[in-house]
Amino acid sequence: MPLDTKHLEALQQQWKGKQRKDNIKYFMMGATGIFVFLLIWQLVVKSGLVNEKMLPAPTTILQTLLYKVNNKPPDGNVLLVNILASLQVALSGFFSAIIIGIPLGLFMGWWKYADRFIRPIFELIRPIPPIAWIPLVVVWMGIGLKAKALIIFFTAFVPCVINSYTGIKLTSQTLINVSKTFGAKNFEIFYKVGIPSALPMVFAGIRVALGNAWSTLVAAEMLAASAGLGYMIQLGRTVARPDIVIVGMVVIGAIGAVLSALLSSLEKYFLRWKSVR
Amino acid sequence: MAEINKDRPVKISVQNLTKRFGDLLVLDNMTFDIHENEFVCVVGPTGCGKTTFLNCLTRIYHPTEGDLLIDGTPADPAKHNISFVFQEPSALPWLTVEENIAYGLKIKKLPKDQIEQRVNQILDLMGLQTFRKSYPGELSVSAEQRIIIGRSFAMQPDLLLMDEPYGQMDVKVRFYLEDEVIRLWKELGSTIIFIIHNIEEAVYLAERIIILSNKPANIKEELIIDLPRPRNIADPKFIEYRNYITDKIKWW
Repeated sequence: MPLDTKHLEALQQQWKGKQRKDNIKYFMMGATGIFVFLLIWQLVVKSGLVNEKMLPAPTTILQTLLYKVNNKPPDGNVLLVNILASLQVALSGFFSAIIIGIPLGLFMGWWKYADRFIRPIFELIRPIPPIAWIPLVVVWMGIGLKAKALIIFFTAFVPCVINSYTGIKLTSQTLINVSKTFGAKNFEIFYKVGIPSALPMVFAGIRVALGNAWSTLVAAEMLAASAGLGYMIQLGRTVARPDIVIVGMVVIGAIGAVLSALLSSLEKYFLRWKSVR
Repeated sequence: MAEINKDRPVKISVQNLTKRFGDLLVLDNMTFDIHENEFVCVVGPTGCGKTTFLNCLTRIYHPTEGDLLIDGTPADPAKHNISFVFQEPSALPWLTVEENIAYGLKIKKLPKDQIEQRVNQILDLMGLQTFRKSYPGELSVSAEQRIIIGRSFAMQPDLLLMDEPYGQMDVKVRFYLEDEVIRLWKELGSTIIFIIHNIEEAVYLAERIIILSNKPANIKEELIIDLPRPRNIADPKFIEYRNYITDKIKWW
């Protein structure tokens, strides 16, 4: 079949151009939405409808944020130190959950005996809320980085296991049979068919795990910390500085969004074969 | 029986093949030979056990009794080259077209240069060179089915099994792909068992047709189709064959 490649390329260029325009349009709409939200907030506070001591205006929060970049009071650390402390806790818990949880889930999903052996234990541990582990964790390992990372680990671990387990269970039997008739051994089929076909679900699990890890941060830093965004929020409450609390919240939100975007581009790369027909 | 097979050695020998699932007898003592480079179509009423029959041949199921010999030794996917084109689309969606075609060859651990050479040959034969770096999801369903057929032929299989691979396509695409299969079969000299519903297509493709009985499946009749190729579906002889087979699989 002869293909009119020139024509196709022209069409693709056209489509790309339209795509770019649409992207700019959607970005502008999103930015306008945020701006309008902040504007209403500012007006409500400045008009005196809400007590400014309770809810500071966005401009005040921006000031505090800029101030915190270079200044230590009231919590004793500049903002960057808090951010790094929190990232260290959250990411060490998150990555250990990935490293242990995903292989475990894949393993359980593929080998029936592993499933029968491990699943009951897992099902017992799964419903326990991560926060409930805190007292035990403190007894075991005190209040250092390891203790906090362990609590994060519990929240991130469960979605990693469940999604990898379900993902690999959903592997198409036809694709397994194809490999079998070619003479592939079970382990070869596991890594050539099982793992790639589980990947979309695994990534969905990682996404949930990342969200859990980052949002449990404040709870983990309640354990007693001397730095961290959760700690900053705690301290802001103690000294009755809602602007500090909100700065902490905003930074947590922003970093969460950045991490999520990083994960998205990683996912886009690994699942580049997944396109709609 | 078959005069056309005199000069061709026996490639596959099915002996007393029987398969039971519990009390349910699905395949009942089937015995037949297939010669090298033969194109055999298997037809039979719906639900007669055609797919079970194929699954026994590929060792996805193990036969209850009897055996399948390839070149005189019991069939073993690890040792023999068996290729299967399934009813459902079965390209691996995370591999590109060329990686899909190389998939079986890599499992068989062929040397790299040989894999490359065979993949190129198949891409040329099937006109897929332009799409070698595409993913199956980016192509049409019929193109995906062509990838799978290419993947099977790339194995240069001792036995190529096809289970209604065109079930979901319209008539035009079916005849187009069937001509493709005939071309590949002639070019590469494979031995093919093709399970098919459509009797017209069976007569169009086959050198020999095996007609199965209702469940439990047994061989009702074997029929040599000695029409010249390319076959003309309007030829009176063609229609005669078609009507004869239709009569044979009627169970009502």
